[in-house]
Amino acid sequence: MKVSLFITCLCDVMASDVGKDTVEILERFGCEVDFPEAQTCCGQPAYNSGHVTKAKESMKQMIRAFQYSEYVVGPSGSCVAMLHEYAHLFKDDPEFAKPAQELANKSYEITQFLVDVLGIEDVGATFNAKVTYHRSCHMTRLLGVKDAPYRLLNNVKGLEFVELPMCEDCCGFGGTFAVKNSAISEQMVKEKSEHVTETGAEYLIGADMGCMMNIGGRLSRDGKPVEAIHITKVLNSI
Amino acid sequence: MGIKIGNAPFKERIQEGISNDFMRGAVSSAQGRMRTGRLTAAEELGDWEDWRVLGEEIRSHTLTNLDYYLQQLSDQVVKRGGKVFFAQTAEEANEYVQNVIKQKNAKKIVKSKSMVTEEIGLNAAIEQAGAEVIETDLGEWILQLDDHDPPSHIVTPALHKNKEQIRDTFAEKKGYDKSSKPEELAAFAREQLREDFLTADVGITGCNFAVAESGAVTLVTNEGNARLATSLPDTQISVMGMERIVPTWEDLDIVVSLLTRAAVGQKLTSYVTAITGTRLEEEVDGPEDYHLVIVDNGRSNILGTEFQSALHCIRCAACINVCPVYRHVGGHSYGSIYPGPIGAVLTPLLDGYDNHKELPYASTLCAACTEACPVRIPLHEHLIRHREIIVEKENKAPASEKLMMEGFAKWGSHPAAYKLSAKMARTALKPWTKDEKITNGPGPLKGWTDVRDFPAPSKQSFRAWFKSREKGGNK
Repeated sequence: MKVSLFITCLCDVMASDVGKDTVEILERFGCEVDFPEAQTCCGQPAYNSGHVTKAKESMKQMIRAFQYSEYVVGPSGSCVAMLHEYAHLFKDDPEFAKPAQELANKSYEITQFLVDVLGIEDVGATFNAKVTYHRSCHMTRLLGVKDAPYRLLNNVKGLEFVELPMCEDCCGFGGTFAVKNSAISEQMVKEKSEHVTETGAEYLIGADMGCMMNIGGRLSRDGKPVEAIHITKVLNSI
Repeated sequence: MGIKIGNAPFKERIQEGISNDFMRGAVSSAQGRMRTGRLTAAEELGDWEDWRVLGEEIRSHTLTNLDYYLQQLSDQVVKRGGKVFFAQTAEEANEYVQNVIKQKNAKKIVKSKSMVTEEIGLNAAIEQAGAEVIETDLGEWILQLDDHDPPSHIVTPALHKNKEQIRDTFAEKKGYDKSSKPEELAAFAREQLREDFLTADVGITGCNFAVAESGAVTLVTNEGNARLATSLPDTQISVMGMERIVPTWEDLDIVVSLLTRAAVGQKLTSYVTAITGTRLEEEVDGPEDYHLVIVDNGRSNILGTEFQSALHCIRCAACINVCPVYRHVGGHSYGSIYPGPIGAVLTPLLDGYDNHKELPYASTLCAACTEACPVRIPLHEHLIRHREIIVEKENKAPASEKLMMEGFAKWGSHPAAYKLSAKMARTALKPWTKDEKITNGPGPLKGWTDVRDFPAPSKQSFRAWFKSREKGGNK
């Protein structure tokens, strides 16, 4: 199966290990992974701030970059949900309507791809630690991926799982919100990191680097002994 | 009052909300109760998603055919002895009520809870007409006594106050000398309000839903105050937003079932009251004189636009109760009598962007609101549309943001530029990096690093790694 990696700009620049882990996991299950170099950013920072025309320039680049891909898989529920939104955003565009719809149809978040497309729930990983999990909002509510990460984590050996209190609440990231409304964002991430600390977990696992950088950054600021990591790190621990 | 509350700028309002520990304690515990209540009630009902779809269909059908149902409602009210007034503006609505009060030479008015009368500032208009107006919903009464403190929630208006604060208000304004026990506070309010009900000349209510087929205005309450306000005074006035209508009693059954569960986690409230016109010859109760004031006040401008579904709202506040932003800043921070996600959507539509352009940005777009809404209003999508209008039509984005987004568009559409920036990021941030993190970032990063650390960019970008790997390098 041929899979094109959608790295997401955040992981490309800020967390390249997430990309490496994603590639290795996919290859372990027989996927042939390529990386279309023309990809940039899904456009979400501009789109969610209201700069839709500007966002579309980046989106068109993404549509072009992935036009020949069979499957597009990325390590972020939020960015993949953005790709899905292209179908609607370009529906009246004579040039991009069709490829936008195609991109939406063939794009998956990594845990979603593993569980729903490859039918794998046990990746054969071992991770000896006490962990909790943050279910990112866009991943669960916009993309609709709720169970896949839990199913995969359930089968990781050595993992002691503690549910995060108020796990359905946003961490306060919200893209440009974190900077634009940093006073509100601070209260939200403060509450979230307190809940993380309460669980006594050594690791906070998530499937979206935006949320992980936000909560992880707060945990680091408060000097808490909890590391925020991407789920691919756990799934690639063999 | 009116839809807008206070004059402080957005950032100040937010700071005030965040530093109010009493309010935040009250809000977070209330949110906790109401969230659990809603989920339990939804589960008990079963097939909640199907109910939501049904609710959405009823609201959507009604709004699409609003002209027809308004005509039907109006005809039915008139047939049952009532008078109907269509008010295009808040002023017209207030003036009509003032005239009724003057004609009746009314001195005392009792009122049951109504958001639309807050929106149009009716109480001030009544006082201007020389009459006394008394709010009879417990929450609203507390706020009225407390020097007209505005509501901070659309279902539980005094949510931001704790019982000690309420005791102090009662003591100061009404000479209350008992404890802060809720039972004693409620008994005192009941005793005070009963006297007002018995001596009122006019009763004013809002309207949860008007039933078009019969001309009935229905009210959903837990305290029974609406029933007293609608059975004792001989003159009754109901004020409704023009969208608050359902075609039939069967439809009412569905939307009330959704409303009480979504709002307070109850299968049904203690009272569902229906008022239908005046006392006719063969009837033993009902008012002598009944007026229905149907308020537009900007609503018809929303009809037929991409925001039409915002008018589907049944004012249950489920979106407010799940909102993590509301949780931390409280209702007053929104600067509107309609707070939370629905307030951030509705307020700019009804009152323009000039005073409310920050509201659509007061959300992380987490979509908890959209998920909770019992009539499936895509609230977070409306917030994005508002942002688009603010930026691209109203041209109200800050200059620095516009510049940054110009840069973003170039960066995102030119892979070579993107690649270069990915390569340079670590070096560019080096002056601020210590121990693989940035604690005091420059420019736009400052907002981030003021409250949390920012990681140093990766030593090697992913694309660089992938390329060298393909060449058989560091696999």
